[in-house]
Amino acid sequence: MYTAADLRKGLKLEIDGYPYIVTEFQFAKPGKGQALYRTKMRNMVNGNMLERTFRSNDKFEKADLEERPMQYLYSQGDDFIFMDTQNYEQMTITRDHLGENTNYMTDNMEVQVLLFRGAPIGVTLPITVTLRVIKADPWAKGDTSGSDSKPVTVETGYELQVPPFVDEGELIQIDTRTGEYMTRVKG
Amino acid sequence: MNPQRLSVLRQRAVLIQAARSFFVGQGFLEVETPIRIPALAPEAYIEPEPSGDCFLQTSPELCMKRLLAAGCDKIFQVCKCFRRNERGDRHLPELTMLEWYRAGADYRALMADCEALLLALCPDGRLRGGEGQWLALAPPWPRLTVSQAFARYASLPLDQALAEGRFEEVMAFEIEPFLGRATPLFLCDYPASQASLARLDPDHPQVAQRFELYLDGLELANGFSELIDAAEQRRRFVEERELILALGRPPGPLPEPFLADLARMPPSAGIALGLDRLVMLFTGSRSIDQVVAFTPESL
Repeated sequence: MYTAADLRKGLKLEIDGYPYIVTEFQFAKPGKGQALYRTKMRNMVNGNMLERTFRSNDKFEKADLEERPMQYLYSQGDDFIFMDTQNYEQMTITRDHLGENTNYMTDNMEVQVLLFRGAPIGVTLPITVTLRVIKADPWAKGDTSGSDSKPVTVETGYELQVPPFVDEGELIQIDTRTGEYMTRVKG
Repeated sequence: MNPQRLSVLRQRAVLIQAARSFFVGQGFLEVETPIRIPALAPEAYIEPEPSGDCFLQTSPELCMKRLLAAGCDKIFQVCKCFRRNERGDRHLPELTMLEWYRAGADYRALMADCEALLLALCPDGRLRGGEGQWLALAPPWPRLTVSQAFARYASLPLDQALAEGRFEEVMAFEIEPFLGRATPLFLCDYPASQASLARLDPDHPQVAQRFELYLDGLELANGFSELIDAAEQRRRFVEERELILALGRPPGPLPEPFLADLARMPPSAGIALGLDRLVMLFTGSRSIDQVVAFTPESL
């Protein structure tokens, strides 16, 4: 159980059956009046934002969250199958809960899966991933159009902008937080 | 230490020294009163820090008023106060207070003190606000009643906010951010229900002779004409204890020696000014964390 005095940025709590993370927090106490805790929170399941002002005597539950290391095995339609690397149990997460993460996931990748009341609600990927380019226009030497990037498609089907010298079949590193090209990998 | 931080701590020391010189120059006596005391003024929304069988003071108010009752006429103090669970960009659970009292004066004398003090601390007469604007410190500073402030800034009138228990919320989020942006501002004529230890206005008993000083949206000081009717003070204390009980906290004993002395206290006025916030304003610091040597989390 938390009280309003526990509120701070990054605190995870449960409201109306959902886990929320506090993203903004302001403590106010005008004059001799009672303390007010104004918060903005993000619903960790559906991403919706909630603004709420609490008072000193308000109490709320801790969000029952757990992060477990898992390996991504394979996908089947919109189902993505993971294996808990500690107890080898398999777990299915749907595409909805993975969002843009599916752009960067390759078979056997190690990830952290976030569970709310035992049910998976999201994954945390490594900050960088290495993916193979499967489709790219060839670099026309002497191209005078002045363009300094071109679109390519990587093995997951994700399309991004890279420098013109990147060729089909090469490996590139991508930042999973921004989805942007970082560097070419010799492999 | 990072040079920015060191510079703020230097300015803090200079400001505190200058504030002391100002009051000494005005004929005030600097006093020290005990920080650890057995009975506080009961206040529903200020939670004290227990210390053995006593409490750490939440304010030096009671002891300073007893000094007035004992015959002191102009006194000031710079001291630490402790308030549990008060922590934010503008709050520390251990804060530094500048508090002063004048016997034979009312709250208007304190307003003049505020004007003179800030000018003494800031000889060029202007301060840079948080949005890059200048605050002109030349007196007199404008006065706005609480009722006018609600009419000007709030989404609902004062009476309705009080009736719905939304006074603080509206004050904090709809009104305060706009107060004292171009010049310092006195917010005055607090409703009698927000009087605390203040005297009600004899001509308009629906309001208290209490004011708050705002600079750049920041509440800097709270001053009032002191209530010197011991029976009325006891009644308000008992009422406040009921509220503390209802909030689920032990109310603590009533400060009987203070109530006994109150009967001998001359008409007076007193004010508490948050020194940490004053340093914030003078150093352009957005967070109170930037103006102290250590935050509680860093200990």
